Amino acid sequence: MMGQAVAHTYSARREGDFMLQAHDVHKFFGSLHVLDSVSLDVAKGEVVCIIGPSGSGKSTFLRCINHLDKIDAGRMSVDGRLVGYTERGSRLHELPERDLLKQRADIGMVFQHFDLFPHMSVLENVCLAPVLLKRRTKQEAKAAAVELLRRVGLADKLQAYPVQLSGGQQQRVAIARALAMEPKLMLFDEPTSALDPELVGEVLVVMKELARTGMTMIVVTHEIGFASEVADTLVFMDRGRVVESGDPRTVISQPREERTRTFLSQVLS
Amino acid sequence: MVVSAALAVGLVTTLITNPRYEWGTVNEYLFAPDILRGLRMTIILTVVSMLIGIALGIVLAVIRLSPSKLASGLAGAYIGFFRGTPVLVQLIFWFNFSALYPKVVIGIPFGPEFFLVNINLLITPFVAATLTLGLNEGAYMAEIVRSGILSVPEGQTYAASSLGLSRLQTLRKVVLPQAMRVIVPPTGNEVIGMLKTTSIVSIIALSELLYSAQSIYTRTYETIPLLIVVSIWYLLATSVLTFGQQYLERRFGRGTTRTAPVARFQMLRNAWGMTRREAGVQ
Ligand SMILES: Nc1ncnc2c1ncn2[C@@H]1O[C@H](COP(=O)(O)OP(=O)(O)OP(=O)(O)O)[C@@H](O)[C@H]1O
Ligand SMILES: [Mg+2]
Repeated sequence: MMGQAVAHTYSARREGDFMLQAHDVHKFFGSLHVLDSVSLDVAKGEVVCIIGPSGSGKSTFLRCINHLDKIDAGRMSVDGRLVGYTERGSRLHELPERDLLKQRADIGMVFQHFDLFPHMSVLENVCLAPVLLKRRTKQEAKAAAVELLRRVGLADKLQAYPVQLSGGQQQRVAIARALAMEPKLMLFDEPTSALDPELVGEVLVVMKELARTGMTMIVVTHEIGFASEVADTLVFMDRGRVVESGDPRTVISQPREERTRTFLSQVLS
Repeated sequence: MVVSAALAVGLVTTLITNPRYEWGTVNEYLFAPDILRGLRMTIILTVVSMLIGIALGIVLAVIRLSPSKLASGLAGAYIGFFRGTPVLVQLIFWFNFSALYPKVVIGIPFGPEFFLVNINLLITPFVAATLTLGLNEGAYMAEIVRSGILSVPEGQTYAASSLGLSRLQTLRKVVLPQAMRVIVPPTGNEVIGMLKTTSIVSIIALSELLYSAQSIYTRTYETIPLLIVVSIWYLLATSVLTFGQQYLERRFGRGTTRTAPVARFQMLRNAWGMTRREAGVQ
């Protein structure tokens, strides 16, 4: 079930090198088997892109990584620590909320519809979590936020409110907001799908830049061009399963599975 | 159009010419110390009851929306009970609560008694009134707050959670401020409703505005003029509240329009101009 590239990295790397280890993960919504034995390992600094048809469980998988959804079976760990649980002996115990929140704060997430806080200015959006969770003082948070917003090209929009920004600008603020918590891992759920075509580029540029700095990234996307250029691994999911994964250019040009081929021909046409 | 104009003219004419309105008496009592004391009590009752109602409403709404079926059900039962019984009945009930439990003993059963609370002394008319109005209001506010919370898109909660905010932090910093836009207008109506509903506590002889007027006109038989005095004060108070409501609506509308948010003072001036313009059109 796991792709060759993953199997390969498994032998080449040690435990501590992995940012994400998902093993035989299952998730049900009622009788719907949304994640069906998903296994995926992501090395530190690796960029993984996930593609797949609508309803295949991509968003659910991302939400399970930071425990916004709970997995029903299997193991999921981030940076060597189980997500949402501690292990004592052979038993799993749910993490107390405080520890869970700390775990989540170390994982940044960017959503399809940006989900900026509309009642706060750009600067307030970026400063909220670091200040509230006492990672930084107000002054430090503000300085860091200004620097981050400069990095995503929005130094002149600090006082603007989200409605006053274009979709592309909003998504770049959302990326800065997630980065403000200095996460070890960034999750992107179709970050450019809600954008007008001419605005997609500016967001992808920011993401490429982020990948270059060595950030570990898991990106659900239909931007095949981005995937083949930036990703180290491309994963194709369908009906809750990882159908195929490996080097992006290989998966795109020579897919092994029929379902991958069908999907790619639809996306690329 | 012509008919209503004629009616209006007729009404105004009788208001002025019918001597039984006794405008002189109205004028005499408008600022009478007893009336002003009554007005003060009405305002205190309104403020205290609304504060209880709003606080209770937020707590109930959050419990109602909690994943626990039991907690949610209990909050639902509370809301159903208080919305399903007349507030007047509740008032008389609380006023007579001491008949049900004359004393409450706090201590260990069959062991030493630590406190003995005399309910008769504890539940004064003021306590009975604020308890009734506050608990009852809580049920209505709960529904208003709940619809406000539900109006905030789920993505906001996901985004806040993904940043590591707790449920409570998410509620306070992200969900409630946005819910305000939906909560404020009906809450304004609730405050105005509450101001008028406080008049029912006159039946337990609490000297709010209406009771103060009643005490006077049972002596002097100047019923109509005193009711006019009362109405003038209620009208004035509700007008002030309406103005405050418009100010708050603008304040919590922040981030919903593309125009830059204006400074508070500016907003206040705009709100004032707006009400005058609206009044002018009607
Ligand atoms: N909270 C939920 N309750 C019940 N079913 C859900 C829930 N969330 C998702 N699902 C279902 O789980 C399946 C997978 O959903 P998911 O959002 O993970 O798919 P996706 O691959 O992200 O699709 P898309 O490309 O449309 O975003 C879908 O059939 C969806 O209807
Ligand atoms: Mg999705």
